Amino acid sequence: MSVASGQRRTWIVLGASSSVGRAFSRQAAAGGSDVILAGRDTDDLQRTAADVALRANCRADVVYFDAESTKDHAKFVDDCMRRGGPMDVFLLFGAMPEQQAIDQDFALALQTIGVNYVGAVSVLSRLVPHLEAQGGGRVVVLSSVAGDRGRLKNYVYGSAKGALNLYLQGLRARLARSNVSVTTVKAGFLDTDMSYGMPGLFLVAPPEACAKACLELSAKGREVAYFPRFWWAIMTIIKSIPERIFKRLSI
Amino acid sequence: MKAKELEITGWGRFPRAKSLALRPEKPAAAAAAVRARPAGGLVAHGGGRSYGDAALNDNGHVLLTRRLDRILAFDPERAELVCEPGLTVTELQDFLIPRGFMLPAVPGTGFATIGGAVANDVHGKNHDRHGSIGDHLRWFELLTADGDFRRAGPEDDPALFAATIGGVGLTGVLITLCIGLLPAPSNAVRVTEMRADNLDHFLRLLTQYRERATYSVGWIDVLARGERFGRGILEIAEPAAESVPVRAGRRVRVPLDMPGFILNRWSIGAMNACYFHRIPALGRDRVVPLGQFFHPLDRVLDWNRMYGRAGFHQFQCVVPDAQAETGIRRLLEAVGESRAGSFLAVLKTMGGAGKGYLSFPMRGFTLALDFPARPGVRELMAALEAITLEHGGRIYLAKDSCLSPDGFARMYPALPELRNVLSRVDPQGVFESDLARRLHIRGDQP
Repeated sequence: MSVASGQRRTWIVLGASSSVGRAFSRQAAAGGSDVILAGRDTDDLQRTAADVALRANCRADVVYFDAESTKDHAKFVDDCMRRGGPMDVFLLFGAMPEQQAIDQDFALALQTIGVNYVGAVSVLSRLVPHLEAQGGGRVVVLSSVAGDRGRLKNYVYGSAKGALNLYLQGLRARLARSNVSVTTVKAGFLDTDMSYGMPGLFLVAPPEACAKACLELSAKGREVAYFPRFWWAIMTIIKSIPERIFKRLSI
Repeated sequence: MKAKELEITGWGRFPRAKSLALRPEKPAAAAAAVRARPAGGLVAHGGGRSYGDAALNDNGHVLLTRRLDRILAFDPERAELVCEPGLTVTELQDFLIPRGFMLPAVPGTGFATIGGAVANDVHGKNHDRHGSIGDHLRWFELLTADGDFRRAGPEDDPALFAATIGGVGLTGVLITLCIGLLPAPSNAVRVTEMRADNLDHFLRLLTQYRERATYSVGWIDVLARGERFGRGILEIAEPAAESVPVRAGRRVRVPLDMPGFILNRWSIGAMNACYFHRIPALGRDRVVPLGQFFHPLDRVLDWNRMYGRAGFHQFQCVVPDAQAETGIRRLLEAVGESRAGSFLAVLKTMGGAGKGYLSFPMRGFTLALDFPARPGVRELMAALEAITLEHGGRIYLAKDSCLSPDGFARMYPALPELRNVLSRVDPQGVFESDLARRLHIRGDQP
């Protein structure tokens, strides 16, 4: 990855409203970058932008972004690029309705795929030409261990994340030719708004630690990593269970 | 919003409450949570550093504020900061001190949130000179029972302003606060420590230094008897001109609940003697980073586990100047007779009344003690309450788990004004807490 020295970079944070997005924005700014906070609740994001700018003495802008509204993504990317300077991308938006709710309402299945997969592909594919043109940079995507294997409990969400992980493999190959790294972070349980109050979670990781891992993994140019790291072991076991047995399990 | 079932305690780990905890990450989510009319009522819960039941709501909901943690504006010209309630004192100080400012009132722990600091109108070691946090609050936005945000300040709905300062969370959830700041010429203070040989000497020193020193605080050996009765160490401090390097403080953690017997009057007596003799007879002088000066105990994480699983009771009262000498003496005598032995005993002066209807401060002397929760302690707490009342004093709600409703009403004469505001902004009693029920703060209980 070639980063022109001296030039101030900007992290585009797609899904900045979440606790991981907030923590990441603060840490990226503390590391000397500017940030673009992208999300739907722009009123609230203005509060985050004020916080990030004050703490790190950097520029923090808010741009409206709705993952599902793919027709607006080209304009969104143009708006970001108008600021000039080299960009890095952190994509962490997601939607995780309960599988039971999805089973009863196909619209929810569409939305799950629409946000987690289609929305991600849409915005990334619009960003790609710019990243190629700048000839260097970093893309980090916060994905999920759920994408490693379809499970009874959340297979629609899992399938969308799994598809995203496959997409990122190809994108990585493409962007490698332009010196842009693509890091897939497969997250286990995170202590976020999305998971708060859900039963059966264990060893839940704080958002600040997740944000730190995302920054560090991408700085190292890592391709795929689990966070927290021990999920590598858990998923290795889960992936190794034969389908004949796995289909009877209710995990 | 999803809720999580939690067993929550205050810092004293007594009492315990089972609650459904909500944890909004933005104001709109907090408002939605209030509009949903949570069963069993709701109270904001910040750093969990009030000792008793002020931020507990057994069989009801609590709203955890720690994720409302953004700094919104910082204006060096006006010396003010606008922020969300879930930031801790230490987080704010870490932001402010390198920029040449500091919070005007800093409590004994940096883990308290700024929202909780206002809700308890906390004070620090500079109360005589600078007052409590409510004295520096310029305005706030409060999420009230109807799910709307109301702004209040000294001119803008002053009754709601006064009801919220020290109002133990009963008017609503603070969402945005604007606080006036003090300049911080450096990150350190120059501390002078000196021995006080007995209570008379101690009170004389405190009286002398309350006007002269920016910071003053006394540690008192409650187990000393005879001519040493009331001996201790007085610490006074002034802002240092130059900063000192701050090492990333090594923090120690108390890893498990200590057996209850570890803290007894012999072990405490031995520790007290060491603590006293640590300071040379002629006193000593040193420069200390602000964090270490304000929060000496924060280096020991979970120090409350020293008291074992049963927890402990904290007692803090203030007695007006005129009655302080007899009042403090009688309080210390009662503690001595009970042989309860208090590990941390703090004696200091306060400058004047706070701005809130339930503000704790008044001009006088304040004594803080803690006692392991053991048989006989409740009787002692009742005795201390009676002595406090007799001397025209009051007990600090942030520390309390034992006060009686009757004693409370006598200590806080502005209670009717608070009730007026509550009947206006929260007629149905959405905001509730164990402390409010125990002390009949709303007045509608038998």
